[in-house]
Amino acid sequence: MVKIEIDGKALEVEYGSTIIDAADKVGIAIPRFCYHKKLSVAANCRMCLVQVEKFAKPLPACATPVADGMKIFTRSKEAVEAQQSVMEFLLINHPLDCPICDQGGECDLQDIAVAYGASGSRYTEEKRVVINKNIGPLISTDMTRCIQCTRCVRFLKEVGGMQELGLINRGEHAEITAYVDKSVNSELSGNIIDLCPVGALTSKPFRYTARGWELTRRPSIAPHDGLGSHIEVHVKDNKVMRVLPREKESINECWLSDRDRYSYEGLNSPDRLKTPMIKHNGTWAETDWKTALEFAAGQLKDITKQYGGDALGVLVSPNSTMEEGYLIKQLAHGLGCDNVDYRLRQTDFRLDGKRVGTPWMGCNIQEIEELDRILLIGSNLRNEHPLLAQRFRKAVNNGAELSIVSPLDNDPLMDIAHKVIVRPNDMVNILGQILKAMSKIQRLSLCLPPSLELLLSNIKVRDNTQAMAESLAGLGGEIDLIAPKVGIFLGNMALSDPRFTEMYSMAEAIGGICGAKGGILPASANSTGMHLMGVMPCTLGMHARAMLEAPRRAYLLLNIEPELDCQHAALANAAMAQAECVVALTAFKSAALENADVLLPIAPFTETSGTFMSMEGRVQSFQAVAKPLGECRPAWKVLRVLANTLGLKDFDFDSSEQVKDKIFNGEKPSAVVWRSMNNNLKELVEIQVNVKDHGLQRIGEVPQYESDPIVRRSAPLQKTKYNTKPMARMRAEQIAALGLVEGETVLVKQDKGSAVLQVKLDSHVAMGCVRVTASHEGSVGLGDLMGDITVEKHTVEVNQQEAETA
Amino acid sequence: MATKEMKARVTKTKAPVMSALKGQTLLCLRTLTEKNPASLATYEQLGGYTQLKRLVTEKVKAVDIITQVKVSGLRGRGGAGFPTGLKWSFMPRYFDGTKYLVCNSDEGEPGTFKDRDILRYNPHQLIEGMAIAAYTLGARVGYNYIHGEIWQDYEIFEAALQEARAAGYIGENLFGTNFSVDLYAVHGYGAYICGEETALIESIEGKKGQPRFKPPFPASYGVFGKPTNVNNTESFASIPWILQHGGQAFAELGVPNSGGTKLFSVSGHVEKPGNFEVKMGTTFKELLDMADGVWKGRKLKAVIPGGPSTPVMTADMIMNATMDYDGLSKAGSSLGAGSMIVMDETTCMVKTLKRLSYFFFEESCGQCTPCREGTGWVYRIINRITEGNGKMEDLDLLTDVSSNISGRTICALGDAAATPVLSFIKHFRLEFEYYIQHGKSMVDGK
Amino acid sequence: MLSAESIEKIEYELTKYPADQRQAAVMSALRIVQTERGWLSQECISEVAAYLRMPEIAAMEVATFYNMYDLEPVGKYKITVCTNISCMLRDSDAIVDHLQAKLGVGFNEVSADGKFCLKEGECMGACSGAPLMTVNNHTMYEFLTPESVDKILESLK
Repeated sequence: MVKIEIDGKALEVEYGSTIIDAADKVGIAIPRFCYHKKLSVAANCRMCLVQVEKFAKPLPACATPVADGMKIFTRSKEAVEAQQSVMEFLLINHPLDCPICDQGGECDLQDIAVAYGASGSRYTEEKRVVINKNIGPLISTDMTRCIQCTRCVRFLKEVGGMQELGLINRGEHAEITAYVDKSVNSELSGNIIDLCPVGALTSKPFRYTARGWELTRRPSIAPHDGLGSHIEVHVKDNKVMRVLPREKESINECWLSDRDRYSYEGLNSPDRLKTPMIKHNGTWAETDWKTALEFAAGQLKDITKQYGGDALGVLVSPNSTMEEGYLIKQLAHGLGCDNVDYRLRQTDFRLDGKRVGTPWMGCNIQEIEELDRILLIGSNLRNEHPLLAQRFRKAVNNGAELSIVSPLDNDPLMDIAHKVIVRPNDMVNILGQILKAMSKIQRLSLCLPPSLELLLSNIKVRDNTQAMAESLAGLGGEIDLIAPKVGIFLGNMALSDPRFTEMYSMAEAIGGICGAKGGILPASANSTGMHLMGVMPCTLGMHARAMLEAPRRAYLLLNIEPELDCQHAALANAAMAQAECVVALTAFKSAALENADVLLPIAPFTETSGTFMSMEGRVQSFQAVAKPLGECRPAWKVLRVLANTLGLKDFDFDSSEQVKDKIFNGEKPSAVVWRSMNNNLKELVEIQVNVKDHGLQRIGEVPQYESDPIVRRSAPLQKTKYNTKPMARMRAEQIAALGLVEGETVLVKQDKGSAVLQVKLDSHVAMGCVRVTASHEGSVGLGDLMGDITVEKHTVEVNQQEAETA
Repeated sequence: MATKEMKARVTKTKAPVMSALKGQTLLCLRTLTEKNPASLATYEQLGGYTQLKRLVTEKVKAVDIITQVKVSGLRGRGGAGFPTGLKWSFMPRYFDGTKYLVCNSDEGEPGTFKDRDILRYNPHQLIEGMAIAAYTLGARVGYNYIHGEIWQDYEIFEAALQEARAAGYIGENLFGTNFSVDLYAVHGYGAYICGEETALIESIEGKKGQPRFKPPFPASYGVFGKPTNVNNTESFASIPWILQHGGQAFAELGVPNSGGTKLFSVSGHVEKPGNFEVKMGTTFKELLDMADGVWKGRKLKAVIPGGPSTPVMTADMIMNATMDYDGLSKAGSSLGAGSMIVMDETTCMVKTLKRLSYFFFEESCGQCTPCREGTGWVYRIINRITEGNGKMEDLDLLTDVSSNISGRTICALGDAAATPVLSFIKHFRLEFEYYIQHGKSMVDGK
Repeated sequence: MLSAESIEKIEYELTKYPADQRQAAVMSALRIVQTERGWLSQECISEVAAYLRMPEIAAMEVATFYNMYDLEPVGKYKITVCTNISCMLRDSDAIVDHLQAKLGVGFNEVSADGKFCLKEGECMGACSGAPLMTVNNHTMYEFLTPESVDKILESLK
């Protein structure tokens, strides 16, 4: 600790702190533009100059480390003069366009100018004008307003992992720009809007729609991935105008992914369902709630009465709240139905009944950045968990060694120490190799169970897997660690794979030997919550896949578009088409719900209250930030009334809080969670490690802006470069091996479906794989997200002739 | 890489007609007396590389070498004048990894061209100096960063490095010992700011030349984030002589507080511009005489003694000054890099200042607010004055804006930009007032 | 596509730096490609960035920061005249006037025949030879007079 004095106030601060840190801690305001606690120190704006005793010149508080006995003056004549002069310089070339600037009212420059600026300007020369840039559909630029603080440049480089913006030219001509006409493509790009201290970078969708002071700011929780980011929703006239991060150091820090920031545009989509609708003789008609509920209840009752509860299938979105999940499960049970599931994109259910508790990520989000060794299995991290990826990036930047086993080689924008890119089927073998190699590393030569030993006997360890094992054990490229902090995580592609059980078992065994933390990275906002409450078949019921493979007579859908949200689009489609009755609780009208019989309009997360449980087991409740649109109602209320209409007992909830209390039985949620989260298996599951097959496999990734009904309707997100229609993406060698050429049209077939797609070169795809993205109308004819697939030439002569004549 | 061609370049470099070597004390430019000054043979013939060999093979201790450099009183010849021996002692002795050495040959301060002559006339002495420094500081790799505009001299130096490598003066296991050092030539490409040592380091790393905030200093965080020692070309070139003759001998060449010889670049209104290597403490008059005095028989009006970042001096101020750190400081300016720009009585100080302000405006890296915004503002005001649109209050504004840039930026370019404005207006205010009142120059009437 | 010759030269420059510091060679690489092609088009910068495995925008930052890189065509011969103080004192203005009249161009303009481009330079660190100029960055001509300038121009075919 170091003793210093700021403005006469004596304090003790940690050795190595900067003056600005110390001042911030005791609430002494030092003006700043370029400094940001999460970014490297640039010390270029010079706004934070302060006087330090014994120094002839003022020093930048952001870059000056404190020293024992230092006396700092932030408001002395010398300091203020320096600050005022910097303010004058900043303003000479800054346009006086505050009245038409979106930043007006929430602008650092404006605020600090009021405090430090002069009322008039001594500058009478010509002002600088900078030509504007188009950096994509999410961010508007007004570069004449830029004060070259480089926060945006540093963010994209240091946090985003890729330098997409730069400060080109020099001196007065220095300007921030992307490379020539490129857009900023980071999935975290929106954060540079928050970072920009002036109105140079503003939100494109929000532009000119409202003033900061007209907006009501309400807290909420982001509903698109398992992170549970804290958000602040800004509302005007009951309409969500924008979403900003709410600082939560242990979760999202001060950042937000673009998906969480811009998905709100989907809430205001014309697709929003405002009134209940019933299909009569194939045509949809609007109706009132009473009629709709009675119709739905009647149908469900009739079918379950006549054919038994098993005739009903209940599919629940993992982005729905715990309250909604609980109620729909109770409702199903009330109808004698155990076919309830939220695991819509899962194929492999062999672990059902074998788990000790609720699977989760196995550590806290914050811990990730402290890891020394990481193994990521089947995860395209930036696509699946865009903001979580940043924590991994921090770990790697701090020296962690990252190993990747995946069918995709997409750049995670961090250094990879070791990687093996193979077909999903072969990933199991690779994990087997790592396990075998690790069990042979002397210090770790823990005995494997004989069954596992036998399984691995035919496996040959190769150099790269040996290297991974050694890395995870602590023997590294540069630094050897006796007790490394190791994390092993399985991502969405592993979770959707038919051999998930093998991957999971291997990962658990590897983690067991090297003492790793880790687990799965649950895809959705409430995946862990749904598991905790058992929104799954608990006895003899069917899981999500079985409900589609053996179609039910009736379906009750919560917050999903079946062909886009289920792992097998073709099966989902067929199942809905054949059902006698489909009751859908949905916030949106959708082509995917054409086969429904009744649509009950429910409120999206902004218009309802509820609770999500995050990947790290954090139970977070939120309130509605706006009134429900039109006739739509919170789903918990709809489910309660539907249950009442069905005459079911124990559905007398007056608020979502009462439902929550019921879920946790009056206990403290964290106590329940503490008890329940557990990645262990009760027993070893029979697995097959060495599978010899060489067929093509599909990698049916869900693109991040197609992940749920809300983001699918966010126009700005749909305009980004991430939104590409499904194609048959393969690496060059694979295209050649199949005798195809890039650009040609092929017929892609899976067991129960097919699609006609274009061949696209994608060097990130493992040999033996075809990457066909899911959750898009272009691939809804296909089957399993991860599974066997064939590709053949598509010869439609008529089309070719047409093309030629055209 | 085109070794033959390069070698040809070295041997072809001819000494200029140096009838005026008289009065000079040639240390850094000692090969100038020979026919092929830049060649290895010439340098060896004059006893070159013997010091490197002696220190390395006799395993002379670093601390003893540093002591000699300290005793010599050698001060950084790039302009800042920081004691070289002291700087060397800042390098961490033990470091787990590569330490670097950097030679700053990025001369771009107007009027400065001394290092160029070392590069083209005596490159091997520089190489020996760098190699000795590398040995002393434990640096495995060294870079000489050369101003991009003197491309031909860059090529001469590249060729000299190849000669030295081939002769076993740099490379692996020198003289059969375990001492190895790699030296490389790298170049700038048109940015004055890269003469600032941290900007230069950024540039070596392949980045824009934007100075880094210090601390950390290069000695702990330099090239590629590794401990790095940066010295000027002339400083390095002085090292072999110091170690051959002892620090004391070097110190005794000069005056107290200013040891050794110094290269003075004399340019502007003199009969014979050029570099003159003289003992520290030589009088201004002697130096002016070596350049054959003010040209065309005109009268001396002003001198910028150490490059535009040092205050301009009137003829009266400098006439009796001695050319050393204390001498010029006492006379109201400073030695800088010894870049003497001489101006005769026909010089319009307003137009001269305009050109200098344009230079700093053009060369500001754009990083710090005061310099980025202020240098343009200053230039525009002076330009307006020369266009006949000046106002009397502009002079105070100029002084004020310049003072606001000075001392408030990461590097010294801000101070450098302010210095000419403040000193020109201070010493030649009448000329500025005349220009504002009459819309034309008091000197040339235009 | 970078030419084999350029790649060979860039590879030589890369030997000067640690293997994981390829970006360090960007100054030379841009110079090499510019020397070969006359100026740095967007393609040149992209190719250099790709070869050195650095972000394109970082290569662009470098190309736009140092003023000897030309981001627009400069004709066959780019003539850069220093007009800074030491040259100015020795009448570089007369050299500039002479060149402008002779070539029929102002600063930053390319002559009608596409042969010459005139640039104003900052101090080149060779003030003893003032007034002076460089041709295509790498050849310096010192002690200029209108007559010597004429001779130089004649030699530039």
